[in-house]
Amino acid sequence: MDLFEYQARDLFESYGVPVLAGIVADTPAEARAAAEKIGGTVVVKAQVKAGGRGKAGGVKVAHNPDDAATAAEAILKLTIKGLRVNRVMVTAGAKIDREFYFSVLLDRANRSYLSLCAVEGGMEIEELAVERPDALAKIEVNPIIGVDLEMAKEIAVAGHFPPELVEKVAPVIVKLYEVYTGEDATLVEVNPLVLTADGQILALDGKVTLDENAGFRHPNHEALEDKTAADPLEAKAKANDLNYVKLDGEVGIIGNGAGLVMSTLDVVSYAGERHGGVKPANFLDIGGGASAQVMANGLDVILGDTQVKSVFVNVFGGITSCDAVANGIVQALEILGASATKPLVVRLDGNKVEEGRAILRAANNPLITLADTMDEGADTAARLASK
Amino acid sequence: MSIFLNKNNKVIVQGITGGEGMKHTALMLKAGTQVVGGVNARKAGTTVEYEGGIVLPVFGTVKEAMKATGADTSIVFVPPVFAKDAVVEAIEAEMPLVVVITEGIPVQDTAEFWALAKAMETTRIIGPNCPGIITPGESLVGITPATITGSGPIGLVSKSGTLTYQMMYELRDLGFSTAIGIGGDPIIGTTHIDALRAFQDDPDTKAIVMIGEIGGDAEERAADFIREYVTKPVVGYVAGFTAPEGKTMGHAGAIVSAGAGTAQGKKEALEAAGVKVGKTPSETATLMRQVLAMP
Repeated sequence: MDLFEYQARDLFESYGVPVLAGIVADTPAEARAAAEKIGGTVVVKAQVKAGGRGKAGGVKVAHNPDDAATAAEAILKLTIKGLRVNRVMVTAGAKIDREFYFSVLLDRANRSYLSLCAVEGGMEIEELAVERPDALAKIEVNPIIGVDLEMAKEIAVAGHFPPELVEKVAPVIVKLYEVYTGEDATLVEVNPLVLTADGQILALDGKVTLDENAGFRHPNHEALEDKTAADPLEAKAKANDLNYVKLDGEVGIIGNGAGLVMSTLDVVSYAGERHGGVKPANFLDIGGGASAQVMANGLDVILGDTQVKSVFVNVFGGITSCDAVANGIVQALEILGASATKPLVVRLDGNKVEEGRAILRAANNPLITLADTMDEGADTAARLASK
Repeated sequence: MSIFLNKNNKVIVQGITGGEGMKHTALMLKAGTQVVGGVNARKAGTTVEYEGGIVLPVFGTVKEAMKATGADTSIVFVPPVFAKDAVVEAIEAEMPLVVVITEGIPVQDTAEFWALAKAMETTRIIGPNCPGIITPGESLVGITPATITGSGPIGLVSKSGTLTYQMMYELRDLGFSTAIGIGGDPIIGTTHIDALRAFQDDPDTKAIVMIGEIGGDAEERAADFIREYVTKPVVGYVAGFTAPEGKTMGHAGAIVSAGAGTAQGKKEALEAAGVKVGKTPSETATLMRQVLAMP
């Protein structure tokens, strides 16, 4: 889960990372009030999960509360990289002397943590990494040992910070690493990290990505979720603990296991090329325990998608047994009753496949078509959706 | 022969008394696995009974279980909240093979136990969030259905559980030397490359099928390794050709960002290394048949 800048700012502040005062506002009037409270010159910043806000007109300096309201009004009308701006943050102004870059992130390739650090900030970090890779220090952080003050100094030195700045920035690096581990983040990035004219280090803009698997350690993380951004069907699926992603197509997909479901999307897309270009309508992984209720919840979400014209259920019974899946389908159709009107193509294989198929045949439901293979099922579902 | 697992492995189950642990211990016993006991600190000294009069002792610690049974393999079904402690305990006991089935472990927990395993150099970890490993006809340490197929010339390595089953099913008439599901999390113990190396060195594996999915660059790195090291025929499949950018598809690792880690990119990298890549599981199976039919 990616956080908004203001959420990252709040997290930083709670860990003692130096940040500027910041207040969020959803309307120009709220922005005016925030600017009054902060006092003096303020900066009004669009809160969207995308880079390049400045260039898109999403960051404006305001010298008084009325200016702040005007700036907020303009920014709240923007769409930046396809994302609507629903909220701004009003922050105190600061006299910036120098800009730096720092981040710590999960390094999948090396199965470890990586810290990136450069005394030269202000330009796009991706450009710096390509054009002058030596300027950007890449230091592995051992997950067991972590970052203490000594390690933080090492990182700053590697990032070419001069000695007097190393002393200043190292304690902030330690605190940022505390945010990373303390919040189970996979990314904590500060760009820019700045030195103000009066000699303070400040985290001016932050990006934080949190690990959703670690939610059980962080009950407060749920409140950070951006509920406004979610598709209504995705929100409904999430409320039922379903792993669902809405796509733009006509063939609803239910399967077990992320890999098999992704593969099913591919096979249905290829079949769709033969049947008028129909496409998968969604990704839905019902996982290991496909109970009747899980199947009913899944079907309910998919049939709630008005674009869907047919549904392909593709299950390989490993942990799940096919008789449970078949019972789930039959009961789900009973639970849904008259609201289930779209054809269902079902392909079952693996554990207790014969029992599963027998249950579906015995149900004698005209909506259900049995398929022997994944390819055949995809073809049938695509054909039914193209009608 | 096989890789990482054969009929001689003695297996303990961490989390044997939980629902998943109970169910899959029974299935592993049925598949011929030498399960010799389990671990649960709160139920130490008790026993668990299985079909056919098999009674397994429950130990308080992994170390005790190893000492009493000579176990060299552990399978972990412990829930995410306690999984790190369970895996760390097995690594500290110098358990040679630890298979972590648990789904939903925070990635920083995995990073920590992986760093420990790397430093100790005494444990091979498979997973987490994986279906485990099966050497058909000999032993199953995982949740793969042992009834799909038997022993044969194909080695299989896959990120995905159900795609592993699907591919074993497609090629059930030929059989497998070992099939290993390495898991779809951002950090995993045993990688595609580890499995490819072992299959190349295993005289009973004649050809290898490698299943990947979108996200990360593991398949691209595996392609480089194949070019350098693997002389046996390799057939590949990558799931997620039609997945949109920026959406997470179930596995924490399965996300495409800004053009990196696409299925097309992985397919091209594998093909450049001489791997035949199928567009669907059934086409991949056909390619494997062609490869095996070649002299």
